[in-house]
Amino acid sequence: MYPIIRKRILSDIVKLFEVQAPLVACKAQPGQFVIVRIDETGERIPLTIADFDAQTGVITLIFQEVGKSTTQMGLLEVGDCFANIAGPLGRPTEIANFGTVVMVGGGVGIAPTFPITRSLKQAGNHVISIIGARNENLLFWQDRMERYSDEVIVCTDDGSAGRKALVTEPLKEILSSRNDVARVWAIGPAIMMRFATKTTQPFNVHTIVSLNTIMIDGTGMCGGCRVVLNQGAKFVCVDGPEFDAHQVDWENLLSRLSFYKAEEKVAMDHWNSHRCKLDPAISAAEKEAQELAKASSEGEPAGEAVIHA
Amino acid sequence: MPKKTIIPLRNPMPEQPPLERVHNFNEVTYGYSAEQAIAEARRCLECAKPGCKAGCPVNVDIRSFLERIEEGDFRSAIDIIKLTNALPAITGRVCPQEVQCEETCLLAKKYEPVAIGRLERFVADWEASEGLSNNPRQVKPSGKKVAVVGSGPAGLTVAADLARTGHQVTIFEALHASGGVLSYGIPEFRLPKSIVKREVDYVCSLGVEIKHDFIVGNTATVDELLETYDAVFLGTGAGLPWFLGIPGENLGGVYSSNEYLTRSNLMKAYRFPDYDTPIAIGRRVVTIGGGNTAMDAARTALRLGAEESIIVYRRSRAEMPARAEEIHHAEQEGVQFHLLTSPLRFFGENGRLTGLECLKNELGEPDASGRRRPVPIADSNFRIETDVAIIAIGQSPSPLISKTTRDLQTAKDGIVTVDKTSMKTSKKGVFAGGDVVTGGATVIMAMGQAKIAASAINEYLETGSW
Repeated sequence: MYPIIRKRILSDIVKLFEVQAPLVACKAQPGQFVIVRIDETGERIPLTIADFDAQTGVITLIFQEVGKSTTQMGLLEVGDCFANIAGPLGRPTEIANFGTVVMVGGGVGIAPTFPITRSLKQAGNHVISIIGARNENLLFWQDRMERYSDEVIVCTDDGSAGRKALVTEPLKEILSSRNDVARVWAIGPAIMMRFATKTTQPFNVHTIVSLNTIMIDGTGMCGGCRVVLNQGAKFVCVDGPEFDAHQVDWENLLSRLSFYKAEEKVAMDHWNSHRCKLDPAISAAEKEAQELAKASSEGEPAGEAVIHA
Repeated sequence: MPKKTIIPLRNPMPEQPPLERVHNFNEVTYGYSAEQAIAEARRCLECAKPGCKAGCPVNVDIRSFLERIEEGDFRSAIDIIKLTNALPAITGRVCPQEVQCEETCLLAKKYEPVAIGRLERFVADWEASEGLSNNPRQVKPSGKKVAVVGSGPAGLTVAADLARTGHQVTIFEALHASGGVLSYGIPEFRLPKSIVKREVDYVCSLGVEIKHDFIVGNTATVDELLETYDAVFLGTGAGLPWFLGIPGENLGGVYSSNEYLTRSNLMKAYRFPDYDTPIAIGRRVVTIGGGNTAMDAARTALRLGAEESIIVYRRSRAEMPARAEEIHHAEQEGVQFHLLTSPLRFFGENGRLTGLECLKNELGEPDASGRRRPVPIADSNFRIETDVAIIAIGQSPSPLISKTTRDLQTAKDGIVTVDKTSMKTSKKGVFAGGDVVTGGATVIMAMGQAKIAASAINEYLETGSW
């Protein structure tokens, strides 16, 4: 079991967990991911590692609530455990001194961008970061990105923070105004990565995207995560998650990502209808347990009640 | 020895009626009753030189255990099996007995062979129902530590054998469940997961520890394991699925058999949405391939609720590698067979599969595998409308370990090179067995190799010589 030791609510729908997972923490490198499972009936969910500390054995996971599993995950609290965390998976980012690099993090994609940015900065690169989200509420880790960037450009779709722009706008401006950009990383929702790819194409800049496809085992066994590149299909779990953006068949990627749309809705509805039935019962039980715990701490006999609680 | 009368036919296996079982995931066969088992064991002719034992990859003393069953001494029967086979409830269900022990049964020359597999299963299930598992005897710890990579049939077998010799064994498993292909691959209706759990529990009762969520190659490399462990056994199976390399196979709705079966078996998608992992049910499901995995996928499709399930196989029925019983069960359940048919291309709309174009074949001369080669018939193209397709044409070992281990030699398709008499790899202290060295064979073959490896590991740990 992997206990959650810290929880931060970054926005209504974006949550941060610090989780005790020592084996992963001591091996993790920027760009890698884990597969988590909440409980016995849970699915295997790939999540990029947003940070890791070998000393404390703690990894940081940031996720956006988009469906049943991530919404359920968002309800976990400090002290709760993940049933499983497997990793680190995937190939680490190639870190070197490339010269000038541009990091583009969109929405929850800011999280995986961070450890890559930090390592690139430490490797001596001149780092220009662009972070963006739909609105101010969905932005996070601007301070962390600033610590490891020479320049940070913030944008939001609605202008509630930084520039009112999509991340592709400053990206295009940078590439037009300077010719020393060696590499671009673009990490975020698939549609954002697709447009970032389109933006860098005319400038012929090596662009890397980190793909988050549907997968099960994460070790190259199911092939469900396959992505079509110019030279054929590759597995995101073992060949990626980073790929040359200009080789990715985005049409195929987007349609594979949406394959289980109908089922996702079924899962959400099923869970909600269960929760409606369970919630009153759970809160009643919790209340009773709290009262009993209080009573026992006041010196009354504990008996079965505390065990039950 | 009293002369035995020949009873030509075997006792039929009680099973769920086909039309009933296609609507559930419960086990197809119920197993023999004690009376049926005794009657079946009585058919054994008690040959002086039994071919059955020689036909068994782990050399179970079959004649002896059949005699004990005939006497009604089921305890002794299971003890005899467990001397050489740690997983009898599993092998009794999934071994291709018709080409092993039962093929070499004297009765098989003219009549039906003794149903050895069914009897093996019977005594294993009997033991479980008695609830009194043979208490493993205490062995003196050797002080040696062995790391076993993968908790499939090979890993469990090697772990059990080494634990019995007193070594401290840790199994490293990448997934959240134990059993490898027994858990993710073989469906519930053929091998209930409660039985896998029972056999895994037995191996753990010998003192074996299983660490889940541990991906050797990523979480730690083999070289790192060798810093702590005196020997390493690689039983990582053949995890890399093969695709056809034809147009359209990356459309939504085209699965590898690994993915399809893992969703249903390991992740329990057949219980969606009580379990979170979804699976596409489809109206007409096409499975490409003719092995056990293809049969498993095609039969799973019907149980999930597909209206039609079709197998597309490029050779004829005689060349199908699946167990005879699986083909028979699939036919009974209404799986349709398009034999001598090759897939050409998938068609789709909006990224989702809608059809498969095929070509008819005729059989030509035998190829390298000794089976007659399919030769395409010109202009025989036709199209099958389908919304889910499953590619079950084989797999090879995952490169995860070979890529991260120094000095580990591999051959074609990432198969780990070993000396077949000891299962030693090219790297000192590292042994391998099962699908990772055969590229996709049977549970019992893996177990046979694991037994060879276990005795070679014992010798290595004792002498230190490589």
